[in-house]
Amino acid sequence: MPTALLERRLLYVTGKGGTGKTTVAAGLAWLLAQQGKRVLACEVDAKGDLAAAFEAGKVGFDPVQVPSGPLVMSMDTEASLREYLKLHLRIPVIGRIGPLASAFDFVATAAPGVKEILTVGKFCYEVRAHAYDVIVVDAAATGHVISQLTAPQAINDLVKVGLIRSQTDWMLEILNDHDLTGVVVVTTPEEMPVLETIDLLRNLREQTDVDVAGVVVNRTLPELFGVRDEALFAEIAAARPGSLADARFDGVFDAARHATARRRLAARHVATLRAALPEGLPLAFQPYLFARAEGLRATRQVASSLAGEFS
Amino acid sequence: MTAPTSLRRLAETREILLCCGPGGVGKTTIAASVALLAATSAPGRVLVLTIDPAKRLADALGLSGIGNDVVRIDDETLRAAGAVPRGELYCAMLDMKQSWDDLIRRHAPDARTAERILSNPLYQNITGRFVQSHDYIAMERLHELHSTGEWDLIVVDTPPTRNALDFLDAPARMEEFFSSRLLRWLIAPARGGILGMAARPFTQIADKILGTQFLADITEFFLSLQSMYGGFIERARAVSRLLSDERTSFLVVATPEPAPLREAEFFLKELARRKYEIGGLVLNRALPESLAHHDTELAAAELAAQVAQVASETAAVLGADPAATERVLAQTASSSAQWSVVARREAAARDRVATAAPLVVTVPSLDDEVGDLSGILALGRVLGAPA
Repeated sequence: MPTALLERRLLYVTGKGGTGKTTVAAGLAWLLAQQGKRVLACEVDAKGDLAAAFEAGKVGFDPVQVPSGPLVMSMDTEASLREYLKLHLRIPVIGRIGPLASAFDFVATAAPGVKEILTVGKFCYEVRAHAYDVIVVDAAATGHVISQLTAPQAINDLVKVGLIRSQTDWMLEILNDHDLTGVVVVTTPEEMPVLETIDLLRNLREQTDVDVAGVVVNRTLPELFGVRDEALFAEIAAARPGSLADARFDGVFDAARHATARRRLAARHVATLRAALPEGLPLAFQPYLFARAEGLRATRQVASSLAGEFS
Repeated sequence: MTAPTSLRRLAETREILLCCGPGGVGKTTIAASVALLAATSAPGRVLVLTIDPAKRLADALGLSGIGNDVVRIDDETLRAAGAVPRGELYCAMLDMKQSWDDLIRRHAPDARTAERILSNPLYQNITGRFVQSHDYIAMERLHELHSTGEWDLIVVDTPPTRNALDFLDAPARMEEFFSSRLLRWLIAPARGGILGMAARPFTQIADKILGTQFLADITEFFLSLQSMYGGFIERARAVSRLLSDERTSFLVVATPEPAPLREAEFFLKELARRKYEIGGLVLNRALPESLAHHDTELAAAELAAQVAQVASETAAVLGADPAATERVLAQTASSSAQWSVVARREAAARDRVATAAPLVVTVPSLDDEVGDLSGILALGRVLGAPA
């Protein structure tokens, strides 16, 4: 039996842009915090959306405590480098790193993987340091996440000696430990997100040893009608006898038609996804939020439905 | 130029249209639709170029494996989809690795240098595994295609917003990078051997972190590239000029939901700040307007309140089961009420951005996903209608 998603210590939440991975990452972090765990939620692309999901205002590299929730931080590779130098080279750096930062920028541009490793390295470090029970990462979108997760291996291949090399080994150990680390892929029941999810799962399998802990299908619409009722609905909508013929009901029927059409499409894409998933991989559904699409209220709703799916 | 009154006019008067916006809003499909709209509304050679790593254009157009080549969608295929071609439609995708290799081969001073670069482990990593170089190569490819003079219009699909910003900055960053003192400084002593560098403090720290071999690889790589710097800088400048040229316009694509729309607004602001021309804002997948009407809400409430009576009348006329009819009508009413909430939120968001661009085009959510040419054609017609 693989370690349950909620029992792991590093959750790497990713997915195609626009699928709501930030909302799911926030929901997971909130849920874990409600279970009494000390949780660090970190946003990688610094858009501020994760902080907004907790109504936490502007958040930087230093974690901010969300009242009765997780601690939130935002990744900053320069700050991460500073921390790295302090921890590993014993070089305390006060204020801006100045020339060293530009030198670093240069090396990072020249030697891809350096920036990624500071990102991934920070999370692995937090796993090892045990200051938090669990780290939830609102990671990069599908295209970039592979390069982040493969960065330690890439550096390992490129750099034969030196400090970075000695660091990549333990990072790989943490990332590849299926009890500790799990990728959570967020998708929506739409064509492109589903195809991209299937691609991502294959790429993760082929290019890394990192385990996928679960797939979350976000914005799942409720089933409006059973098969027989749907046929009846079509009949009623076509005939609209009596008072229903009035034009003021146009919108009402439009809405239901829209809902059934979307639901039908979604079912098809979920079937495709299901057929492509490796056996035993948890697939969770997250309902479409009609009333609130963002903010702490939405995060709490997501957390409570994730609790039902993953516990 | 004066602002066109429709996307169709815009497509007819510009040479490059860049479609940008957040992920998951249907940018690729919109780009393809605009291209098809252009190819069916006027004579001319239209190319749609997708730069997205997910290579989605092939799916959207029902093509696959078109690689890095430019492929024509022949008139027969277009006619079969219901289009009346007046121009010619071509598509191309960006194969990163292939584009980099081509670039090196084309611009290296000689074959030996090209091979040395192509076989350097750093080069292979830059092009194969990592994404930062993506933005730059995308712009190179656009420049290359545009400078052939073969196209009347190139419609470009770009990576999601934050990336798209990188992509705008890529040429400038590349220039900065190649003209940096640091680079020259790193390479200069290398001519005297790695040992000559060892005395410098930066090298000491870098060496401690990265190891000598790796530094040697970096230096070797940039030494080989050095012969090509001039060309890189020159083309980077040419691309910057191309983006601000009056023949180039930007189309920002979003859906009328809070998060994507916020990103789109951010992007519009950035475009304006950089003085690029904003051609229009496309709000894709909007809910039917009727849902946001107050009347619809009242009607749904009325139906919910009188569902038993309406159901029995309806069932009688249709000869249907009264219980099932009541169940269906109750669901219809409650679903309508739920979607009205979403539709009102969308309507408010649309009001907010109504003047954010010279042209704001709303595209209704279609019952079926746009997955083939006829869908793309239909979408193009909606997009091209006068605002």
